[in-house]
Formats: sequence, structure tokens, C-alpha cells
Amino acid sequence: MDAISLIVRSIFVDNMIFAYFLGMCSFLAVSKNVKTALGLGIAVTLVLVITVPVNYLLENYVLKTGALEWIGPQFANVDLSVFSLLIFIAIIAAMVQLVEMIIERFSPALYSSLGIFLPLIAVNCAILGGSLFMQQREFESIGMATAYGFGSGIGWILAIIGIAAIREKLEYSNVPKPLKGLGITFIVTALMALGFMSFSGINI
Amino acid sequence: MALLSGKTKAALLGPFNKNNPVLVQVLGICSALAVTSKLEPSIVMAVSVTLVLAFANVIISLMRKTIPNRIRIIVQLVVVASLVTIVSEVLKAFAYDVNKQLSVFVGLIVTNCIIMGRLEAFALGNGPWPSFLDGIGNGLGYGWILVVTGFFRELLGSGELMGYQVIPQSFYEAGYQNNGLMMLAPMAILIVACIIWIHRSKNRDLQEETN
Repeated sequence: MDAISLIVRSIFVDNMIFAYFLGMCSFLAVSKNVKTALGLGIAVTLVLVITVPVNYLLENYVLKTGALEWIGPQFANVDLSVFSLLIFIAIIAAMVQLVEMIIERFSPALYSSLGIFLPLIAVNCAILGGSLFMQQREFESIGMATAYGFGSGIGWILAIIGIAAIREKLEYSNVPKPLKGLGITFIVTALMALGFMSFSGINI
Repeated sequence: MALLSGKTKAALLGPFNKNNPVLVQVLGICSALAVTSKLEPSIVMAVSVTLVLAFANVIISLMRKTIPNRIRIIVQLVVVASLVTIVSEVLKAFAYDVNKQLSVFVGLIVTNCIIMGRLEAFALGNGPWPSFLDGIGNGLGYGWILVVTGFFRELLGSGELMGYQVIPQSFYEAGYQNNGLMMLAPMAILIVACIIWIHRSKNRDLQEETN
């Protein structure tokens, strides 16, 4: 039950884009049409579902104070959390590379549609943000961490598909010249975020 | 020898206006929006990003001839992550409260697209000194957007600047109210949208043809 409510919360209430603005850069750059937006969204979710649990294991068995106790009692006071940024980003870069290779090997069709986005994802703030929030919230089990990664990914898909659909329709509207392109996208995002604010305060 | 030739001057000053990382190159939006609910964290963030960007640019520029092309992203990420770790530890030691407010966003400087963007676009092809100036220029170009956004959000949202009340008490007695909406996330996007609007009305050549 906890996992389901965590998923719902991370989709609607703590939406990566509308509540924390994570992954805005690719969100703005790759939201011109729904199809590519969906492709990027799926890639982001895939990478989040893999990296958040992996980083969860690293955080709890290597980095945290006392996490190294399983080697021997003399390691009980070792605190390696200074290195968490370095290790998280290295894991993310490595995982993205790995996912890219696996998809290329087993599903060339998916690879040709996702291929261009995968390298971009290594520097998508939503991915690193997922791991950093995981560290900050101290989930009690790896299942919860996975659920969090999954929910955040779905929330990200929802947001990018929404904005892409609106932008497709916007193409035919008469926007003031200085607002064309970037400006109007910002305003639409702001209005969508305002809409999503109505979910905050919901207790599930 | 002139310290600032034409090209290096463009690298330093371009990002303030015509080549602004946030308004024109659309880089580094995430953190620009998330940390600006108050002026103080905006300034701290601007300074941190400028420092990380300048030194990452110099380091990558020094190593640019030895990095194999295929693994350059990982090398860049490791360099940036080390620098960000240093900044984050310094902030924890000397400005703990601000560090608490910035929460994960200090760590997220690593994936700030400005940094990767400038490393890819500039530092890999230029010497250390122009790269340093490019880093400072882009960092400050990003910084002024943050400071302006933070200024308006804190002024309208809580009537304070840097924690000091600036809107006189008599205004409140006459019925003036703080706009609580300003403290929420969506207003940050709207303020940046307004900055883009003004900026593009002044610079017509930047206007886009399609939506």
C-alpha cells in the first residue's frame, strides 16, 4: 500500500517538473511533438527505475555513516557521504551507457527511436535529482526506492506529453512576436504547474 | 599584451545580453527556477555556479588534447562533480542555513546544462584563459537572471530583501498584502517568461518565427 501511495504522490504531488523543475532543459528542447516527447519520457523512466535502486544500495551499503559495518566492526564509523555526488553521477553515466548497449543489442527498433535521447539523459537533472531526493528522504527499503523512481518517471512522462500536445496546438495560434517559441512555452508550463499545485495537500 | 582582445571580450561580455545562457541558449533553467524564492540563495547559487563553471572550463581546456573523444562526457562529469563536492562542503561549513535552503540543488549543479554545454561548446576547443573568461561570463549571465528573479519573488512574496523588511509597515496597515503565490514554483517560470518577453522585445533579431 505504501508503495502505491508513494507512486501516486510522486506522479502528481511531487511531480519532477512542476514541483521541482528537474529536467526542464530537455523538457523545453524536446517537446515540439508528442511522439518524440513520449520516446524521451520512456527513456527517462527506464533510467530512473534502474539508477535509483542501484544508488539506494550504494548509499546504504557503502556511503552512509556505518554503512560499511558489514565488512567488519572497525568500519562502523566510516562516513563516505562526501563522495556521494561523484559516485551517483558515475553510476548514472555508466548505467545510461549500459542501457544504451542493451537496447541496441535486443531491440534495434526501440534503439533507433530512443537512441539520440539516451546520451542526453546522463545530464538530465531529473535523473540525478531522483537519486539525491532518494538520499535525502531515507526510504526504508529498496522497493520503496524503486517505486519512487518509477513514479517520478511516470510523472515526467505525463508532464512532457501534456506540454507537447499543447505546443502542437499552439502552432496555429497568434502569439505576440517577442513571446514566440520559448516565451509562450514558459507561460504554458507555468499555467500547467499552477494546475498541478491543486494536487498538493492531498493525503493518500 | 592586451588582456582582453576582441574574441576574449566577446567570450566574457556576450553572455550578459545577446548570448545569455538562460534567455537565449536555454541552458540551466532547472536551478534558475527552483532556488529563486529568496534573494540570498539566488546569489549564493549564482556565485557557486560561476566558480564551478570557470574552473571546470579551465581544467577541461587544459586536458582537451588528452581526453579521448568517446569518454569525454564521463571525464567532464567527474571533473564537475569533484568541483561541486568542494563547493558543497564549503557551503556546509560556512553557510549552513543557505545550504539547507538550497537542499539538493547544490548537488544538481553537476547536471546543470550550462556547465556541460559550455564545456562541450567552448572549453574543448579553446585555451585556458579564454575558457576561464567564458566561464565567468556565462556564470554571471546566468547569475543576473537568478538575482532578478529572486529579487522580485522575495520583494512581492514576502516584502523583504535579504531577510530585511523593505515594504514599510504603513503599507500593510493600509491594506497591502504579500502575494503568497510568488513563493510558489509556477511564478518563477512566469517571471522568467516576462524577462524573456522584455529581452526579446529589445532584441528583435532573437525573436523566433514559429511557436
